[in-house]
Amino acid sequence: MYRIVKRKELNPTVTLIEVDAPRVAAKAKAGQFVILIPDEGGERIPLTVAGCDRDRGTVTVIFQIVGATTEKLNAKREGDFIHDFAGPLGRPTVVEGFRRVAVIGGGVGCAIALPVARALREAGAEVHSVVGFRNRDLVILEDEFRAVSSVMKIMTDDGSYGEKGLVTDALRALIESGAEYDEVIAIGPLVMMKFVCRLTAEYGIKTVVSMNPIMIDGTGMCGGCRLTVGGEMKFACVDGPDFDGHLVDFDEAMKRGSVYREKERAAHEAACRLLRAGENNG
Amino acid sequence: MADMNPKKHEMPSQEPAVRARNFDEVALGYTAEIARAEAARCLSCKNPPCVGGCPVNINIPAFIKKLAEGDDEGAYGVIAEYSSLPAVCGRVCPQESQCEALCVRGKKGEPVAIGRLERYAADAHREKKARGEAEAAAAPEKNGRRVAVVGSGPAGLTCAGDLARAGYDVTVFEALHTPGGVLVYGIPEFRLPKAIVAEEIAGLSDLGVTFETNTVIGRTVSVDELLEDGYEAVFIGTGAGLPRFMGIPGENLNGVFSANEFLTRINLMKAYKEGADTPVMRPKKVAVVGGGNVAMDAARCALRLGADEVSIVYRRSETELPARAEEVEHAKEEGVVFRLLTNPVRILGDGNMFVSGIECVRMELGEPDASGRRRPVTVEGSEFTIDCDCVIMAIGTSPNPLIRTTTPGLDCERWGGIRADDAGATSREGVFAGGDAVTGAATVILAMGAGKTAAAAIDEYIKNK
Repeated sequence: MYRIVKRKELNPTVTLIEVDAPRVAAKAKAGQFVILIPDEGGERIPLTVAGCDRDRGTVTVIFQIVGATTEKLNAKREGDFIHDFAGPLGRPTVVEGFRRVAVIGGGVGCAIALPVARALREAGAEVHSVVGFRNRDLVILEDEFRAVSSVMKIMTDDGSYGEKGLVTDALRALIESGAEYDEVIAIGPLVMMKFVCRLTAEYGIKTVVSMNPIMIDGTGMCGGCRLTVGGEMKFACVDGPDFDGHLVDFDEAMKRGSVYREKERAAHEAACRLLRAGENNG
Repeated sequence: MADMNPKKHEMPSQEPAVRARNFDEVALGYTAEIARAEAARCLSCKNPPCVGGCPVNINIPAFIKKLAEGDDEGAYGVIAEYSSLPAVCGRVCPQESQCEALCVRGKKGEPVAIGRLERYAADAHREKKARGEAEAAAAPEKNGRRVAVVGSGPAGLTCAGDLARAGYDVTVFEALHTPGGVLVYGIPEFRLPKAIVAEEIAGLSDLGVTFETNTVIGRTVSVDELLEDGYEAVFIGTGAGLPRFMGIPGENLNGVFSANEFLTRINLMKAYKEGADTPVMRPKKVAVVGGGNVAMDAARCALRLGADEVSIVYRRSETELPARAEEVEHAKEEGVVFRLLTNPVRILGDGNMFVSGIECVRMELGEPDASGRRRPVTVEGSEFTIDCDCVIMAIGTSPNPLIRTTTPGLDCERWGGIRADDAGATSREGVFAGGDAVTGAATVILAMGAGKTAAAAIDEYIKNK
């Protein structure tokens, strides 16, 4: 059992929890993930490590409430326990040897992009950050990004905060204005990563993306997380989760992500009804 | 005088039409009366050939004699001296090619039903224990020396059990949230109820074995860190868990699963139960590619999830099917269709990237290949399509690379297996390995045999240090 030592709602659908897991905290690096099960008998879900405190022995994960399991996780409070918490899994993001890197985060993907930006900065790179959200209410981790970025652009779809537009608009402007990037790292919705890659391909800038497909075990056993990268089958859990974005078949990954969508929607609605009933009773 | 009936006693089981729609255990086991009668068929050979066929050398005539005398608990005691998992072995061992294949009675008629008797003895003990009539095994006196076991499948559990009985302080590390390895994620409930696996693991805990789940050796902790941490030896029993695919077009369509994924969702995550958090597709027409025990398990699970039509697609003929004869028989009885001498060439999808069919070619058998089996050869122009909404790939697994890529100096084969000598010693001092991690995918009992051999070698190694 793994205790939640801190919990903070970053926006109405995104929550941060800091979990007591010393062994994972001792090893986890930016880009790696954990698999957790909120309660006994529950579903295993992969969540990327958003940070860790080696002294306190804690690991921070930030998750978006998208289904029944994240709903149950979100219902837990400080002092509550998570039944299972395994990691760190996957390969760490390569952060060494860069002069200047653009880090692109979209929505809750910013939670994963932040530790990468931080690690790049600690490894000596100059970091330009472009973060995108649907609107002002959903903006997360702004101060944290500013602290590690020499250039910072916030984009919103509706222009309610930062600039109106897509992250690709801001990235194109930065590239056009002469910022020379050794690498671009994009973490967010598949469609965002796809279009960032399309843009950087025009300019010939190496681009790394972090994939987060459906998986069960996270150790290479199920093969559910397989992707096509450069025409070859890869498992996100052991070969990734980072891949050369110019080689990833995003259209296939998007279709694969939808396999349980109807069942997930039904489960999510059932969980919401249950939680509402619980609140009314409590 | 032994009962000279040439036939072994049938084991009661659920009717095929009924069991094909539920996940309850298929075979119901011998009653006390049947067990007694079957035990009476044993000749109590002075030099029993059956023992030589058992990878863990159980004194088979001795336990059968106890059963014939009505001493069920005594029979269990004999088996438990050799095996940490009798209730498991009695169910999933291929006895027909091991102990029973060598039984003298088998020369004129059927061999003694050794597997069914082993199962009976283990079940009788478990039921007695549940009623509070049998004692849990007392934890042996500890010698204060620590051994780490990586992986809690059959190899790891056997190694841990033998070392614990010899007084070692054993910790088993498991990457998943439940111990048992392939016994819990792979083999389905209807062949090996999970409560029985849990009970066998509880028996090891009674012996003083500690289980640490959610610990991925090679990620959470490395093998070298275990050695630095004071474990005097490490046994690697991580199995062969990486699924293979065929490399044909369409394998990433929705509705194509590795048998590992399909079975793990059902067995470990209990997705077959109403209200389970983990989803599983409930397909209507399923093609399972492969002819081994895992293929049979996947096919029979698909039926139980409510599929209308399930077929096994296998490129060789019935004689070459690697699955146990009993599993093939059970699958047929339940209505699984066998499309033999058939090989998939591509998987077809609908507009939404879901599976709509599988294109196959017919095969014929040519000259024997390296495995000694006749090589299947494509019949030109024989393409045809099987309609289906789900394809399950059950064509084998390879060892997981996590340990070999994070343990410097650990010699491995090119195909990924860890190199170990007959006693299980690897190229690293104090590091032993056995089971599928060394041999590639094989059987539960062979892994148990390797775990047992390695336990003896570890004991020897630590004593001589």
